[in-house]
Amino acid sequence: MSHPEGLGPERLVRRGTLITAVALLGVAGVYVLAWGYTPIEARQGVAQKIFYLHVPSAWSALLSFSLVGIVSALYLWLNDPRLDRFAAASAEVGLAFSAVMLTTGPIWAKPIWGTWWTWDARLTLTLFLFFLFIGYLALRAALQDPGERARFSAVIGILGLLLVPFIHLSVYLFRTLHPQPVVLKPSRPSLPPEMLRTLLISGAVFLLLYVGLVTIRYGLALAEEAGERPDAA
Amino acid sequence: MPDWLRLALVIAGKDVRAELRSRTAILSAVVFAALVLVVFNFARDPTALAAVDLAPSVLWVTFALAAMLALNRAFTIEQENAALDGLLLAPVPREALFAGKLLANLAFVGTVEAVTLPLFVLFFNVDLGAALPGIIGVTALATLGFVTVGTIFSAMAVRTRFAELMLPVLLLPFMVPPLIGAVQVTARLLAGRPLSEMMGWLRLLALYDLVFVILCALVFTAVVDE
Repeated sequence: MSHPEGLGPERLVRRGTLITAVALLGVAGVYVLAWGYTPIEARQGVAQKIFYLHVPSAWSALLSFSLVGIVSALYLWLNDPRLDRFAAASAEVGLAFSAVMLTTGPIWAKPIWGTWWTWDARLTLTLFLFFLFIGYLALRAALQDPGERARFSAVIGILGLLLVPFIHLSVYLFRTLHPQPVVLKPSRPSLPPEMLRTLLISGAVFLLLYVGLVTIRYGLALAEEAGERPDAA
Repeated sequence: MPDWLRLALVIAGKDVRAELRSRTAILSAVVFAALVLVVFNFARDPTALAAVDLAPSVLWVTFALAAMLALNRAFTIEQENAALDGLLLAPVPREALFAGKLLANLAFVGTVEAVTLPLFVLFFNVDLGAALPGIIGVTALATLGFVTVGTIFSAMAVRTRFAELMLPVLLLPFMVPPLIGAVQVTARLLAGRPLSEMMGWLRLLALYDLVFVILCALVFTAVVDE
């Protein structure tokens, strides 16, 4: 995602804030829909309503992390600082989305599965992605030199993208060789159209939220770099 | 012998020689591994859990912690007196440099593992019996995987302010697939299960090694070259 050259940090932050504000209004709108429009799920009751927050944040988190991996590979190839700034912004926003995902998940799981956490393949994978990107951002924070920071974090981004299938595969093998949970088994209900529509709208709203937050973060990174440069006015 | 392998062996030889002259790091790592085993023994309720049930996990957590300690020093020694700059000035392809550091780390971690394994048998009263060759094999397979990733992360971590903390935070997520695989295979080996029950895990471990050895050798230049 390349931003037009010449757009200064202030304008980027302002634009990003505007997009984020619209997206947050959208989140409120999704909840109006969730309460007024979607039916109450027969077995799960109102607990299911968290689904419109949980699933789209999971999508956005996975999108951010995949983009970090892809953009990191591009960075090592093209050496364009814009790619590094974008990867850093995307990682930070992705971490925020995964925090939402990892907190809303247990809140839902406690009444429905009867436990806050289970070592299901998907849960484990997202937890490790979360840890991986905490490491990514910690490494960025611990490095002074911008070139080094960009190269090192690109390496982590690429290796991380390749780690994902391995974690998934190993956790999957781990589970399938053990008895599957009987009580805690997540059922996969086919969605009624109202629910599906609301979910898709929420997905779009979260995508907008992602764009808004990344734009703000990108603008802030530009401003920080201008501050770091000795010739900055 | 291909040129890169000769150069890699020269670099690995330098690390091994330096280590043999002081012997402090390897001794500390071995003592550390022994202590972890001792701590594990007291971290379990002997009336509730048989030692053999816990054995594969104990073995692999000990290996992982000891490897972490060993990897931390791999590039710390190059950082002192700017030795890494000297290495980088030498007309050595970066892949050969990476292979050299990797071989040195494998020798170091392998030595610690070779000493830890008998201690583990002794402390936990495990009967390795016919499982020994298999355990050596799976140890080699899993160790190659996480030491490869650890070598590149160690080179990055030394450039940060808190290297000793940064390496585990970065490396542990990458240790998860090899560790899960190794624990599963070890448990089956100790239980005398047939090979067919381990093939899935062994394939996963081999694939992990293949992917990360190639990838790390390719991106290593981004870590050391400005």
